[in-house]
Amino acid sequence: MGEFEVHRVRFFGLVPAGVRCLACQPGGARLAVARTNGAVEVYNFAANYFQEKVIPGHETRSVEALCWTAGNRLFGAGLSGDITEYDLAQLCVARSVDGCGGPIWSMAVNSSGTQLAIGCEDGSVKLFQVVPGGIQFERNLDRRKGRILCLSWHPSDSHIAAGSIDILRVFDVSSGQTVQRIMVNYHVQKVKRECIVWSIAFLSSGTVVTSDSFGRVQFWDWEQGTLLESHTVSTSAVLSLAVSEKEDSIIVGTSTGATYQFQLLPVKIGSLEKRWVRTKPFQHHTHDVRAVAHSSTALISGGLDAQLVIRPLMEKVQKKGYDAVLRKFTFPHRRLVSCARKARLLLFQFSQHLELWRLGSTEETGKDGEVLPLCRMPEHLVQLKSKGPEHIYCSCVSPCGSWITYSTASRFHLYRLRYEGNSVSIKKVPKMPKLLLPAYQLQFSSDSSSLFVASAQGSVHVLQLLEPGGCKLLHTLRPPSGSSEAVYLLALSTDGHWLAAVSGDWVIHVYNLKCFKHHCTVPTYNCAVTALAIHPVTNNLVIAYSDQQLFEFSIPEKQYTAWSRTVQKCGLHKVWLERDSPITHITFNPKNPSHILLHDTYMFCVLDKSLPLPDNSALLMNQSTLKQLPETARQRQLHAFKICKKFQPLLFADLLDENCLVVVERPVMDFKTQLPLPIQKKKFGT
Amino acid sequence: MVAPAALRVVRCGGGTLHGARAVFSADSKYLLCASGDFVKMYSVTTEETLRLMGGHADLVTGIQLNPHNHMQLYSSSLDGTIKLWDFMDGIPIKTFTVGSKLLALYKLASCEDSVFVIIPKSGERDTFQLVSVKLTKGAGQDLEAKELSVVLTGVDASPKCTAFGREGEYVASVKEVNLQVYFFKQKQLNRFSLSTKKTKNGNNHFSCVACHPKEDCIATGHADGKIRLWRNFCHKKEYTFSTLHWHHDIVMDLAFSMEGTNLLSGGVESVLVLWHNESDCQKDFLPRLGSPIEYITMSPDGSLCCTLHKDNRITIINSNLRFSRSIQGLIKSVDVKTGLVVDPRTKALVLNGEPGHLQFYCLQTDQQLFSLDIVQQQYIHQAGLNQTDLVKVAFSAEGKWLATVEEREEETNLELQLKLWFYDEETQSFKLNTRINMPHEDHITGMCFRDMDELEDDSLILVTAGRDCVFKVWVMVEDTDPEAQQSVSWSCDFVGSYHNYQATNCCFSEDGSLLAVSFEETVTVWDSVTWDLKCTFCHPPGKIRNICFGKQTCSKYLIGATDFGFLCCWNLLSCALEWSAHLNVLILQPDPLSEYIAALSWLSKESSLFVFKPNEPQPVYIQRNLGKEKIQFAAFVPRDEPEPVGSEKYLWLRRSQLFFLTDAQELMTLSMKSLEERLTPASKQLAVEESLPVTPFSLLLGKHRRQQSQEDRDLGKLIVHNKHEQESPAVKELLHTPAHVLPSASFLCPIFINSLLISKENKSAEEVTDEVEMESEKTENDSDEERDVTEMEQEDPSPVELLGEMPCKLSKSQEKELRKLRKMDYSWISVF
Repeated sequence: MGEFEVHRVRFFGLVPAGVRCLACQPGGARLAVARTNGAVEVYNFAANYFQEKVIPGHETRSVEALCWTAGNRLFGAGLSGDITEYDLAQLCVARSVDGCGGPIWSMAVNSSGTQLAIGCEDGSVKLFQVVPGGIQFERNLDRRKGRILCLSWHPSDSHIAAGSIDILRVFDVSSGQTVQRIMVNYHVQKVKRECIVWSIAFLSSGTVVTSDSFGRVQFWDWEQGTLLESHTVSTSAVLSLAVSEKEDSIIVGTSTGATYQFQLLPVKIGSLEKRWVRTKPFQHHTHDVRAVAHSSTALISGGLDAQLVIRPLMEKVQKKGYDAVLRKFTFPHRRLVSCARKARLLLFQFSQHLELWRLGSTEETGKDGEVLPLCRMPEHLVQLKSKGPEHIYCSCVSPCGSWITYSTASRFHLYRLRYEGNSVSIKKVPKMPKLLLPAYQLQFSSDSSSLFVASAQGSVHVLQLLEPGGCKLLHTLRPPSGSSEAVYLLALSTDGHWLAAVSGDWVIHVYNLKCFKHHCTVPTYNCAVTALAIHPVTNNLVIAYSDQQLFEFSIPEKQYTAWSRTVQKCGLHKVWLERDSPITHITFNPKNPSHILLHDTYMFCVLDKSLPLPDNSALLMNQSTLKQLPETARQRQLHAFKICKKFQPLLFADLLDENCLVVVERPVMDFKTQLPLPIQKKKFGT
Repeated sequence: MVAPAALRVVRCGGGTLHGARAVFSADSKYLLCASGDFVKMYSVTTEETLRLMGGHADLVTGIQLNPHNHMQLYSSSLDGTIKLWDFMDGIPIKTFTVGSKLLALYKLASCEDSVFVIIPKSGERDTFQLVSVKLTKGAGQDLEAKELSVVLTGVDASPKCTAFGREGEYVASVKEVNLQVYFFKQKQLNRFSLSTKKTKNGNNHFSCVACHPKEDCIATGHADGKIRLWRNFCHKKEYTFSTLHWHHDIVMDLAFSMEGTNLLSGGVESVLVLWHNESDCQKDFLPRLGSPIEYITMSPDGSLCCTLHKDNRITIINSNLRFSRSIQGLIKSVDVKTGLVVDPRTKALVLNGEPGHLQFYCLQTDQQLFSLDIVQQQYIHQAGLNQTDLVKVAFSAEGKWLATVEEREEETNLELQLKLWFYDEETQSFKLNTRINMPHEDHITGMCFRDMDELEDDSLILVTAGRDCVFKVWVMVEDTDPEAQQSVSWSCDFVGSYHNYQATNCCFSEDGSLLAVSFEETVTVWDSVTWDLKCTFCHPPGKIRNICFGKQTCSKYLIGATDFGFLCCWNLLSCALEWSAHLNVLILQPDPLSEYIAALSWLSKESSLFVFKPNEPQPVYIQRNLGKEKIQFAAFVPRDEPEPVGSEKYLWLRRSQLFFLTDAQELMTLSMKSLEERLTPASKQLAVEESLPVTPFSLLLGKHRRQQSQEDRDLGKLIVHNKHEQESPAVKELLHTPAHVLPSASFLCPIFINSLLISKENKSAEEVTDEVEMESEKTENDSDEERDVTEMEQEDPSPVELLGEMPCKLSKSQEKELRKLRKMDYSWISVF
């Protein structure tokens, strides 16, 4: 696969935020995830669980609950006391309404998606009507003291169950009165301890399921107020609970990081008597599982360890394929690192600041696998803090390293850097042109003369950079047919002729930059684009989709290349298709035009177009076996995919020059140590 | 008594006994266990062996109660037969011959005339199938049962790997990583497999299976210690299971409680775990059960549970998980190193028991008398751990002193301890007196006390021989330390060696004046007073394997056996070889009470016994073919009373009995009695009434009756309260004789009525038949045991005959009335 001198970068101190809540879209097409830093992400199940949309967080806006309402609108509510509606096309907050009840702990939507109920700090449950263009306060339900930690609507929309501390209450929606109150105390030798109902679910049979801080999952008959079943699943709290749409399966998440499935199973074959049985335990997390969701085919859990785990239910999956793979997502499906190839700089994007590092260098050479000593250590040049509570959407450093740009929800900044010996001076570029904000993707041209800003409604702004430190808007590129979705990926050709832009509807538009005209549209493929790049020599556009398909599109000829057609004809290797994380970056080797370099979180791959494609019987990851073979046998075994799994988890990989590679790793243990300690569990003992 | 023609080799204990789960009788009063070739019946309350049912020719592999008659028991054996027993009377009712080896037996209530057995698949090795066998109805004891129908193939041979579900609706069987469930009604077979890859915690192979008695739930145990509870297994795809995990090693057996709310599991940890409501969080433990649990059984009323252990112990446990009692015969230890030693005080056999313990095994009652903790260290159940082990034991002549050697061997260094124990009369147990660390530099090969009948303590000498080329003499010394709790302690007195050869054996002459120590090829004889080397003997080539002195009239001889297969007899007076014989002797065992010496040889995979007197080169007795197993140890156990021996040939068995221990730790002996004779004392009459379950209702009724009788007495009515009296022999005979051997009712009736009369010594004595008289004498002997039986007799309002000294007063008129009754004609009864 060729030898490279590898800069193995481990100083990117990214700590992904923990998962706070999950919401499955009714119908099960998308999953909304809110993180502890207020960011909201949308994963598309159909597009192979690709992280389709990210709305960066906000310092004051924590999200405690997410709800999908009718018309696929997404609402969030948090401890700021506001109910927020998100604009999923523009990837920003559409509007925000004060709940008027103090911090909001919980929110639930009725089965038709027309009403929202919120549970507040002051103990009130408020109903809001979802109307076009916002939400409208409808009424207050019977208010008692004690914060409402969880809410659940009865599927018939007639009642709401609310969990509080030591108590659960059932409200009649039409009268607003409390119709049942059930104490869920826990007594230990006459000492009463506070019992927190963390999560609640109202089943259509009239059973209320609660999970509480004593590790119990309890089933109540709400009309009688009696306990039907109680399962102690853990010695620590059960924090989250989700019911399948058919109401025959429940998933619960505990603070020890374990999740359990409950199933409603017949006691005897053919008998109608059914009982909830705790069945499968899973231990995918190390920390609190704060949120769980139950899609029709999978159990989904998210924890404070920032992992989103999608565990498919084998019995529900029709065929073995990429639906049947256990997926664990820790890192975002997009780049947070940009690289100045010529200047050998790396720009790291954090939620509220940027870091610019100069790579170390060595003069030694060595054999394969050897670690070379550094003669110059990597250097932290600049830390750029973003002002205000908003989190950073995107950032970029120019290839020459003298420009840095980033964007937040409301502001866009460009900086000019000057290097004088060892010191760096940074100067903000004044008088930025007014643009449609926020910017979703920023990209400098290869000669650092212009900046491309991906913007809403499918538009791309072209800014010309002026020496010494200035810029002006040259042109705005728009798709001919118009688009409502924002552009989220850009690719520039090295010669500066072509620009490819992908918007949220997954359409790829190619623009001619010489005349600022729309050149063509790549034939639509029904899956999300995860990465794309234009070849420096042939100007072929290489596109990676979330279903792990690869395409090559010739821009000058406006059609797929012959190689791409062969790939489609032969199909890719089964193991390649069953990988669970998407390709996040594509680059090329200028020395060897037939090579395409791609990577996802768990592997780095050199795709050699000149070699035959492997068939399903061949071993895909054959690098280690090839090494042991004699030269002649090796030639026969060679195939196009040369995969290296040495660097994990891989956040970024790029080619600095012909034989110098930079990889950015973030070992999971490194950021786990920055998380609070998990609950200590004895492995043995009683 | 006339001696039979030949001696028989009889197994008396040990070995691998338990081939199947035990079975409780319907009332939970008796426990039935497959025990080698026998089925044993124990009383749960007294731990006694009540009945020994023999008849199978090979290992019993399965026992099941007959669901339609709880007095009957089915048993299967490797000899290919299924036997139906009346276990209350110990009578075999029927024998069904199936033909092939039977490895497990299952009986369902729903199919009355068939049983399920596991048999090897013909033509294929190590493949087994579950078949249902139709038990033909027919006259006669021995029947053929050839009507087989295969239910499942590819099942595991172990009876624990197959289980029948709720009401016999389905059968579940596990093998390796596969679970198969067959539904009888739907005729549907579902297979489920686990992943075969080995995880870091071990493999997930199935080890056992149990079915929920009320619900559709299967519990499976696994080699990595997990228990999986399978549900919804009627669907091929939507099946599901939950996991319980506590055991760190293989789960050996599982059992559900009768209602299925609790699950019991056991494994090598020797801990019984009770899981409540199939929950991982609620569990209780009964730890320290001594040895790995092999089988778990619940009693039908749920009040008891019983675990069979790997060392042949049976533990009975209360429903509240409290240890109740244990039935233990000869404990099978990991490795017997001490040999068979006879405790002179109790005449019990002493050998390795539990790890680090010495067991005292009573031969007469087949029970463990006592277990003495020698090592006094916690035993950790883990493979590959080097634990301290007991290797040598010796008793002084009177059993007052006990010497033990324990060793623990690491790769390079060896830890040795010599302990001397004194028998404390007050506590009736051995008390540690002296502990000597590293008595020798290397393994101790021999140890003996000077057997002197004199009681003077200072004549007591202990000699140990070691591989470090010395033998050491240990004597008692007065303890000079005033704060010491004991007056004497042991210390080394003399160290002897011979040309730097390894000392291999040591032995004192009968009078204690001479000590013989063998050093590789040479036997040295030492004066035990001055410790001078008197003379040496050798019979090159070949190292000395065993030595012993002759006893009584032959005390001038020294016998030795060498590696090269020579048995030599040296005359100590002439210091010359008296005779030698070519015999590969493994064990040389002198009888302490006579001049006979037993030599056991191993030739061409067969053990032979030679008994000889040292003064005669011709053996007194030769028994070839003692069994296929190699014999490890032998011991002469003195009899309580000399047994009358008919033939001259068996004279050597008069005062002592010879016992052997084989490689499989089976204890065997040579017996002159036939099988029936040997079994009779063990089989006792059992009262039928005892087997009825005590219900709250019957208790209430009994209370009510007692009250009533109290009232009756208060009213002055005459009633004979027979609560603690003996019952009539006639009544007893009527009730205790099995129904099929009873004479006709018309014959019995007069006797029965007679028995209700009060016998006066002068008048009624002649009227009672002689037969009954004899019976009554017999019953008097064991009447104590039967006392509670009579309580049930209260239903009969008429006075019951009293035997013995108890004076009884009846008015004349009542006597007349009774006599009238007697003269009436009862022949009408026979009509029924």
